Amino acid sequence: MILQIKQAIRSPIQSLLANKVRSFLTILGIVIGVSAVVVIMAVGAGAQSLILGQIESLGSDLVGVLPGNSGDGAPASAMGIVVTTLTYDDLLAIKNKNNAPNIKEATAYVKGFSSVSWGSNSYDTNISGTTASYLDVEGGEVEFGRFFTEAEEKSTSKIVVLGSTVAKEVFGQSDPIGKKVKIKKRTFEVIGVMKERGTVAFQNYDDQVFIPIVTMQKTVEGIDHITMMRMKISHEDNTEIAIEEVKATLREEHGIKDTTGTEDDFTVRGAAQALDIITTITDSLKFFLAAMAAISLIVGGIGIMNIMLISVNERTREIGLRKAVGANNRHILIQFLLESIVLTILGGLFGLVAGTLFSFLVAVVANALGYDWTFHVSLFSIILSVTVSMLIGLIFGIVPAKKASQLEPIEALRYE
Amino acid sequence: MLIKLENIKKEFSNDEIVTKVLHGISFDIEKGDFVSIMGPSGSGKSTLMHIVGLLDKTTSGKYYLEGRDVTTLDDTELALLRNEKIGFVFQSFNLLAKSTVLENVMLPLVYSTKKGDAEKKARNVLEQVGLKHRIDYMPNQISGGEKQRVAIARALVNEPSVIFADEPTGNLDSKSGIQVMEILQKLNEEGNTIILVTHETFTAEHAKRIIYIRDGLLESDTLVKKRRFAHDGDMLK
Repeated sequence: MILQIKQAIRSPIQSLLANKVRSFLTILGIVIGVSAVVVIMAVGAGAQSLILGQIESLGSDLVGVLPGNSGDGAPASAMGIVVTTLTYDDLLAIKNKNNAPNIKEATAYVKGFSSVSWGSNSYDTNISGTTASYLDVEGGEVEFGRFFTEAEEKSTSKIVVLGSTVAKEVFGQSDPIGKKVKIKKRTFEVIGVMKERGTVAFQNYDDQVFIPIVTMQKTVEGIDHITMMRMKISHEDNTEIAIEEVKATLREEHGIKDTTGTEDDFTVRGAAQALDIITTITDSLKFFLAAMAAISLIVGGIGIMNIMLISVNERTREIGLRKAVGANNRHILIQFLLESIVLTILGGLFGLVAGTLFSFLVAVVANALGYDWTFHVSLFSIILSVTVSMLIGLIFGIVPAKKASQLEPIEALRYE
Repeated sequence: MLIKLENIKKEFSNDEIVTKVLHGISFDIEKGDFVSIMGPSGSGKSTLMHIVGLLDKTTSGKYYLEGRDVTTLDDTELALLRNEKIGFVFQSFNLLAKSTVLENVMLPLVYSTKKGDAEKKARNVLEQVGLKHRIDYMPNQISGGEKQRVAIARALVNEPSVIFADEPTGNLDSKSGIQVMEILQKLNEEGNTIILVTHETFTAEHAKRIIYIRDGLLESDTLVKKRRFAHDGDMLK
């Protein structure tokens, strides 16, 4: 038995070395399949941790309120539907400490898109009508000038704070403070420029301008509702209580008696919940892509079966001889099964190495580009790739091995 | 009695066309005998050897090997018997091209249930056939005569009850052929039972007894009166 195992492991390695090109092509499908799965799992994990890391850096103590009841699903606005159930008064109600004592700061937005022009320079950007409390909730710093005050927020002052990208694009080297810019045909005075912040979790903080929310509603858009609210919790541990406070306040404001949430015309979400949703989405994306890559493993398995069938034909005399000297059907079956398994495991190991190297390369490049990318090939994907390639050897090796084992010894010895 | 055949018949059927190859053959072979099976091509001598060598099954008749009826055994039991009781030497050597001489000789021991140092056994039989100096060679590095001696060593390694040699000199020049016959005669003198299949009278006369098959029937079964001995340069004795 020991002799037989020794032989069974040596024999495929011998034939591998005898037909180097053929062996390489045979296991190439497995190599590509396994390395694709490893790369997708590793790059997926890297991208996921990058996104989650950025969201966490925004603060897990944030709560968002969107108009419309979207339960755990996608918000209505994602489908282009404008829901007008949230108002500026709702924000004021939440800001009232009697209603929601666990909310430290709150801000609201009316989002729009317009060009900002100064003289002959013009630049298309996002217009954020917001409150003076923006900086307290979202963070960020003013580099030049100042942000608007709470008094200005409530008036319809035509003043604007520029994001750093907008300042650069519209004013270049000139000092923007005190200059007049045109937004939607109305003239605004630049009172401040924000410090550069970069793109965090798909959101570019620098490519936007801020104007007082009431000005945005009344003067620019001519609406009464707001796009969304964001608020900061006094302490992370109080997220649940804070969310309930916000819900209760809004129900009171909107005259909703039902407290189960089914009649709510708004949706409150904590950052933790958002993290969960993003993890779910990126996880399923990752596994879907890995499953697609796994299809090439099946193709590779068919290649293995093909070559093993050819190999059985070529070695008919050898099989006959082995039977003549005492090998029974099981011996031959095991020999050919072991050969295909050794082939696919070799393919799996090469694929693992190739995939790991490629994932490492991606991590190096991503880090060089300034992303905080972690290189991580999980034990799970190592075990998965080795087991899967072994299973493929077993599944696609069984037909050729069966064929070999059932050859009649005299037929096999006569075969030329 | 080592081998006892009783009215062995064999038919091959191919798409409802039945070809009768053996029409009822009976003979006995004692332990220590050296028998040549002769006959023209198509006589059924190869089929007979395959049946006696347990590579093929009979259509009817009884075959007792060492007193045991082997006509009712299944494939696995036959494989075990081939491994333990029978050694084969083929016309075309049938060595594994990618294995060394030593590994080729060890091959039957891979499937053996007998205990013992496989490599030591293989070295011993290689010494018996005078190939100790070729142990680590590959089959394509040695001559045809040496290849056949490797095959004989392989047939011997598991101490079988009987050695079958199917045209062992057919692919060899006469000098190598005589060497092979000398080894077979020496093995017979040491107590091994040998069954030789050949169509050459010259080769057949190295045995003690000749069984002649024609048209699937036993035509004659005679002792060799003037036996040839390979070690005397094949002079008649």
